[in-house]
Amino acid sequence: MNAETRPLIKPLSSGVGNMASMKAVFSRDMKVAFRQRQDLLNPLLFFVMVVTLFPLGVSPEVSFLREAGAGILWVAALLSVLLSLDHLFRHDFDDGTLEQLVLQPQPLFLLVLAKTLAHWTLTGLPLVLLAPVLGVMVHLEGNSIAVLCLTLLIGTPVLSLIGSIGAALTLGLRSAGVLLSLLIIPLYIPVLIFGTGTVAAATEGAPVAAYLALLGAFLVLAITLAPFAASAALRISLSNS
Amino acid sequence: MWQIFHKLGSPKWFFGIATRLMPWLLAGGVLLMMAGIVWGLGFAPKDYLQGNSYRIIFIHVPTAFLAQSVYIMMAVAAVVTLVWRMKLADVFVKAVAPVGLVLTFLALFTGAVWGKPTWGTWWIWDARLTSMLILLFLYGGVIALDRAINDEKSAARAVAVLVLVGVVNIPIIKYSVEWWNTLHQPATFKLTEKPTMPAEMWVPLLLSVLGLYLVFGWLACLRMQTEILVREQRTRWVREHVMAGRT
Amino acid sequence: MNNVCTRRVSLECTRCRMSVHRPGYGALMSEPLLQAANLQCERGERILFRDLSFSILPGTVTRVEGANGTGKTTLLRILAGLNDAWSGELLWRGQSRVIHREEFLRNMLYLGHRPGIKALLTPMENLRALTASRRPVADTVLHQALAGTGLDGFQEVPCRKLSAGQQRRVALARLLIADEPLWLLDEVFTAIDADGVRAIETLLQHRAEEGGAVVVTTHHDLQLPGMQRIVLGGESDDEC
Repeated sequence: MNAETRPLIKPLSSGVGNMASMKAVFSRDMKVAFRQRQDLLNPLLFFVMVVTLFPLGVSPEVSFLREAGAGILWVAALLSVLLSLDHLFRHDFDDGTLEQLVLQPQPLFLLVLAKTLAHWTLTGLPLVLLAPVLGVMVHLEGNSIAVLCLTLLIGTPVLSLIGSIGAALTLGLRSAGVLLSLLIIPLYIPVLIFGTGTVAAATEGAPVAAYLALLGAFLVLAITLAPFAASAALRISLSNS
Repeated sequence: MWQIFHKLGSPKWFFGIATRLMPWLLAGGVLLMMAGIVWGLGFAPKDYLQGNSYRIIFIHVPTAFLAQSVYIMMAVAAVVTLVWRMKLADVFVKAVAPVGLVLTFLALFTGAVWGKPTWGTWWIWDARLTSMLILLFLYGGVIALDRAINDEKSAARAVAVLVLVGVVNIPIIKYSVEWWNTLHQPATFKLTEKPTMPAEMWVPLLLSVLGLYLVFGWLACLRMQTEILVREQRTRWVREHVMAGRT
Repeated sequence: MNNVCTRRVSLECTRCRMSVHRPGYGALMSEPLLQAANLQCERGERILFRDLSFSILPGTVTRVEGANGTGKTTLLRILAGLNDAWSGELLWRGQSRVIHREEFLRNMLYLGHRPGIKALLTPMENLRALTASRRPVADTVLHQALAGTGLDGFQEVPCRKLSAGQQRRVALARLLIADEPLWLLDEVFTAIDADGVRAIETLLQHRAEEGGAVVVTTHHDLQLPGMQRIVLGGESDDEC
């Protein structure tokens, strides 16, 4: 090993900018995910299968599906986000990447935000893109489908963000998956209510701008608060390991 | 000022204070609750609409009230745990979370019992009942997380984060559940929100609420003492305390 | 390459296992990077160590010793700021690490037992990701660093196809390009062959001569001239 090229030691005063390192975190997560494409499909398949259960298990009647369709899709999307959350920090925790992340000289909450954004891009966004197909299958009307997709587009990042707190809290615990669901589901309820409520309003022909604005407010709140809570939880979980 | 704060945080000091305080809390609480409940169940006037069945509010309202304020108290303690790392604060959270869970369950149970004669069904997706149910989930999550983490300090801090996340969410949950409720069931009439409750009704109600607070204080002290004894079992004062109790 | 090494003097461990005398030390190196006073750490019911006081000076290699379970890794994680279940005082350049967190993290390199190598990525991608947030390095330099750790020809092979030792070497390549003044290395010799061990020893030696500070935990019998030792485990204070 040659040590000849190294500069003299002096304290490093300037570092990499926040945006640059967020980008680095994001692109690494994307790269890792695309090396294992099968894993990307799993939440999507789960989403489709859960939706399929409802016509089979409850009723294939058009009237029922049209009324319950938005709720079914929302619950299925929520569950499949929940299912994928366990992986958000788990692999990084196991291979030590998380320790390096926490020790990066940038504010941790920004890095957590970048990771959560990557998580949403890989799970939430595909769900939103798949939703119209399933919307047609549960006989939703065109307008309702559009509104549904819009609510999912605003709502699923909130799910990822809130979920990141639970994923960070349960890191390294036995049966973390179940525990994660227990902690997070109650916190998902407002998003679910407003997500489905918006579609219901649209179906009745009521204006939905106000509801969408409210969902947007949830998103803003989640973006500002969740990364802080998640990074605090990450530090605690790492300290324990 | 800091000295007092640190003294307050000392488990040994708290243990002594709690021992002296507890008989008063228990006696006062039981007295007030007895007064409130006996008055409420036996002597308060009938409700013109619901007859005698409304009388369950003398149990339902105190439990529901306390179930919610215990969570708020836990959130305050959680802040103290995270900011000042005060040992007593996390002892408090750990000790009262199951109490909160039981109170929430009691509130739900009495609500269901009350629902049977008034609504004709045990359960109704009423806004209040639903938010209490979610509160029950939140308590359950807190307890489950606490049990799942072996290391005491990490458990305390992780639980504190969860409690704080929960407390930020509670108003949002409450608001959204109420909105959802009006969307689905516009006809529900609110029972406990009659502003014209006569004094013969609200005075005993107030007494039983206060009484339950005191009993809760006693129970919290008792459970905290137990938790402190377990945690500090290695220290000399605990050994001396236990030995003194034995002889 | 510089004259720092000529000023290096052997450490004298006096009664206390931690106090280190460095008479005649140059002004360049006088300021300790890390100072620990009365460190104490409990895990569960057990006290791992207490009353641990030491300074990490620039230009030194410090070896943390002790049997399994005495808290070597824990101590290193405490120094890195990963574990905060400790009490006592720990200063970075005489200042609080909490307040100067960013500066501390910029100047400290920690290699853990699990060094943060993604099995799905290639050594190049791993190294790039690990350095990107600290100090971006040109790909040619990364390539050379990997070659320098004996991974020439493996730079673009996914890490999961490499052996355990080779994966460790990916992490070690960071040391060839790192310019953080303080290195905290946990079990660097694990899964490394004899040649590699010698190379790392030389590297650490050079690093100290350059003026860097290195703290290592290891079971390997690392002997470097002028090495400081922190012995954990056992309440006996006459280890030195």
